Amino acid sequence: GGMAAALLLLLLLAAGPGPGRARRDVLREELLLSPLPAGDVAATFQFRTRWDADLQRGEVSHYRLFPKALGRLVAALGVRELHLALTQGFWRTQAWGQPPLQAPAGAELWVWFQPTVTDVDKAWKELSNILSGIFCASLNFIDSTNTVTPTASFKPLGLANGTDHHLLRYAVLPREVVCTENLTPWKKLLPCGSKAGLAVLLKAERLFHSSYHSQAVHIRPVCRDASCLAVSWELRQTLTVVFDSFASGQGKKDWSLFKMFSRTLTDACPLASQSKVYVDISPKSKEKELLEVTPPPTSVHEAVVQGDKRTYAVYDLLSPSLFNTSRSLNVQLKWQRPQDSSELPTPVLHAQRYVSGYGLQTGEISTLIYNTHPYRAFPVLLLETVPWYLRLYVHTLTIITKGKENKPSYIHYQPAQDRRRPHLLEMLIQLPANSITKVTIQFERALLKWTEYTPDPNHGFYVGSSVLSALVPSVIAMKDGDVEQSPLFTSLFPSSDGSSYFVRLYTEPLLVNLPTPDFSMPYNVICLTCTVVAVCYGSFYNLLTRTFHVEEPSRGGLAKRLANIIRKFRGVPPL
Amino acid sequence: ACAQLQLAAPVALVFAPGSVPGDLPRPLPFRDVQETEIPVNLRTSVTSRYETVYRSTTAREEAALDVATAREADAALHLLQDASVGSLTLYVVPETSPLLPQGVSVYVGKHRSALVRAGGGLAALRTRLQQLTQVMSFTATSIAAALSDRVPDGQLGPDARRHLKSSLGYEITFSLLNPDPKSHDVDWDIEDAVNRYVQPVLDKLSLVANFSVDSQILYYAVLGVTPRFDKESSSFLLSTHSLPHVINPVEARLGSSAASLYPVLNFLLYVPERSHSPLYIQDKDGAPVPTNAFHSPRWGGIMIYNVEAPASPQASLPLHVDVDMVRVMEVFLAQLRLLFGLSREELPPEFLLESPGNEGLADWELDRLLWAHTVENIATVSTTLTSLAQLLDKIGNIVIKDDVASEV
Repeated sequence: GGMAAALLLLLLLAAGPGPGRARRDVLREELLLSPLPAGDVAATFQFRTRWDADLQRGEVSHYRLFPKALGRLVAALGVRELHLALTQGFWRTQAWGQPPLQAPAGAELWVWFQPTVTDVDKAWKELSNILSGIFCASLNFIDSTNTVTPTASFKPLGLANGTDHHLLRYAVLPREVVCTENLTPWKKLLPCGSKAGLAVLLKAERLFHSSYHSQAVHIRPVCRDASCLAVSWELRQTLTVVFDSFASGQGKKDWSLFKMFSRTLTDACPLASQSKVYVDISPKSKEKELLEVTPPPTSVHEAVVQGDKRTYAVYDLLSPSLFNTSRSLNVQLKWQRPQDSSELPTPVLHAQRYVSGYGLQTGEISTLIYNTHPYRAFPVLLLETVPWYLRLYVHTLTIITKGKENKPSYIHYQPAQDRRRPHLLEMLIQLPANSITKVTIQFERALLKWTEYTPDPNHGFYVGSSVLSALVPSVIAMKDGDVEQSPLFTSLFPSSDGSSYFVRLYTEPLLVNLPTPDFSMPYNVICLTCTVVAVCYGSFYNLLTRTFHVEEPSRGGLAKRLANIIRKFRGVPPL
Repeated sequence: ACAQLQLAAPVALVFAPGSVPGDLPRPLPFRDVQETEIPVNLRTSVTSRYETVYRSTTAREEAALDVATAREADAALHLLQDASVGSLTLYVVPETSPLLPQGVSVYVGKHRSALVRAGGGLAALRTRLQQLTQVMSFTATSIAAALSDRVPDGQLGPDARRHLKSSLGYEITFSLLNPDPKSHDVDWDIEDAVNRYVQPVLDKLSLVANFSVDSQILYYAVLGVTPRFDKESSSFLLSTHSLPHVINPVEARLGSSAASLYPVLNFLLYVPERSHSPLYIQDKDGAPVPTNAFHSPRWGGIMIYNVEAPASPQASLPLHVDVDMVRVMEVFLAQLRLLFGLSREELPPEFLLESPGNEGLADWELDRLLWAHTVENIATVSTTLTSLAQLLDKIGNIVIKDDVASEV
């Protein structure tokens, strides 16, 4: 009452409303549907927010499209780049082709810090704890036993002034499970939430009923425009899901948005400046298209992606003509002729990893790297992180290509320290054309202390995926287009020149059994000991304290005499 | 163990020429001490000690009092005195002085001084002094509220446990909730509003704690309650008893401040959907609240900003809305004062309070806050140390980590 009146005098400097200010943040959303050779379909969502503000300098504290939780995190902890991926399943490169953006099974977090951060380890620990709270994932298990500092892999994907690798930290948790409670906070970071735009398709019951589900958050500084005089911050949220034709498609190879997500698109996010659906309709061979899409697309886009010329049918949700005929958009994909197994494309680079050996003392990790390019050789950077309880013998490291030994041109090995640091092995290996390279290393299994075993120790212990980074030469020259105009899935990785494209592959995680003690033994010992003691002591006590005395037979009462009479009648001896 | 706390405040009673009452016990200048006991509970007691200095004005003070209005006098006097935090100065002016308007016998300034009209002798002056210390310094209720966890339940009024607990810092977050971005394209110049209106208040409060301000815009954030449509006023109404249910669903979207441990004060501005416009909050009697806002103690405040319907039904959606930050910041700053407990209690008649201007609060209001926070901090410290000592007495060989031990 009187207070408000008193305060009305406060604000005498009433300014009129200012002119409409230019908005400083931009949101683009995109969905890419790519049919995979075996009849499955992969859907990749990307939501990109570009914010023209410098989070590092000055007090930037007024957020609009960029989520406040991540913005404050980046500003407070001096983060330059942040990449977090939570994945369930494994991308089968041989069967499905090269992935646009792959992530290892479990949780992966790699971060570049600003040069102004003095104690990187402390900032790393705080960061993983805060992210664990934001995403409801157990990232707080990231500590020094699973964190490494790679020297050559994981170069910054955004703008970088200098690259001192001591500012980089990489950790992977292969045991982490991804489920709805991780999807919900991820969706909450989107400006439109899951209420409008492409995010309405993200329903957990369909997304997790799939062969591969990966959700990621990438934050990096980018150039504001072509002249690169100012820095903007880019947040990309990507979600890749592969629907299996047998599990989700009931065996039929025809897909539609409704079949995949049990939803259709009704509108674009009102805050987005661009909202598009791309469907990969590239012909696999020189004949006509394999795939037919309905309703007819608003336009067709051609691009060179990962060395291949591809054609995409584009549905622009912001164009008014799209929702003229029906209120919702349900893109349907029909296969025009049956799939031929000979048409399965082989990716240029793919890898496999397995563990071999017998017994619980030693073993061998083998990685097979395939270069299927007919005539070009290229180098690949292999990063392996092995936990400390598998003691690697580096003198047994052998790399064999086509029967001959292949010496890596760069090798960086950091041995493990028990209970403190894992093994880190980085190698730059030259892969000749059309070859298979086998990298083997032997290890010995350690016996852990009895409190260090996980609740189900006979399940095994996970070894995180190894990372292969390479610049794969492409047959077709690629143009370096403007980031703002080209689709989002082509601008994930910065391309240095048009003749090769960057690929990062992950191998399978390994499951290794360690010598496990029999945890039921303490119980057995207690039971046995107690039984022996009881029997021994009991018998001894009886022997010592039992006394015998004579008892007079009693004549018996009335009941006994009656019973004897009945027994005499029956002919049975008396009591 | 009995806990004794003494709050000492220096007070000066300065007599302008022509205002000295006839019945002074000793000639000026002299000192006086008044101690009163404020009982809190059986084992704690607080004594308030006012050390009063009675003196006459200096030449410069007389010159300062020789101006036209009380406000100018107050400003001039502030430059002369070096009032330390917690002190109080009372200037007694003659009955016929033109400084105080008709009907007003006490004028409370923006800083730590007040002007009192002489008359009625020393006893009347002492009563005035008592009333002034109740207004400008601490009172039994404010101290009891600060020690609220020690006072048995029946004694405190309903407002006692509502103020923010004392803390080293506070985070203030302004959020704009737009549940209908298709109809309303809302824009607010929050950065300018914060710098212009909020920052001066926070600078004044920086003696109490560190403040940090940020803001965000949340889309598709709905209130948890469906408002009722009222046919007579053809508007939607939110009744008082549904207000507590409004906050919970919204709070999930607000996000917690991960990077710091300070308590957060949330101020939300809600722009209702096109289909629920206009929306008003009803108070207990059924009348719409004039500011259309409410606050929740120890949490923050919510204000509803109605957008007029477009003139023609064919107007293109979304409507562009530029929020009037003056109106909004008035309400939010008033709520901020209420959250901290800086509300004005009932003033005795013939008192005139000076408005604090752009800074938001007067020096003596800051003093009241500091008194309450200091008492609360001392009480918390003594409780914590006592319980730690009792714990260590009972468990002689408790294991404590090194970093915890270094903090004690």
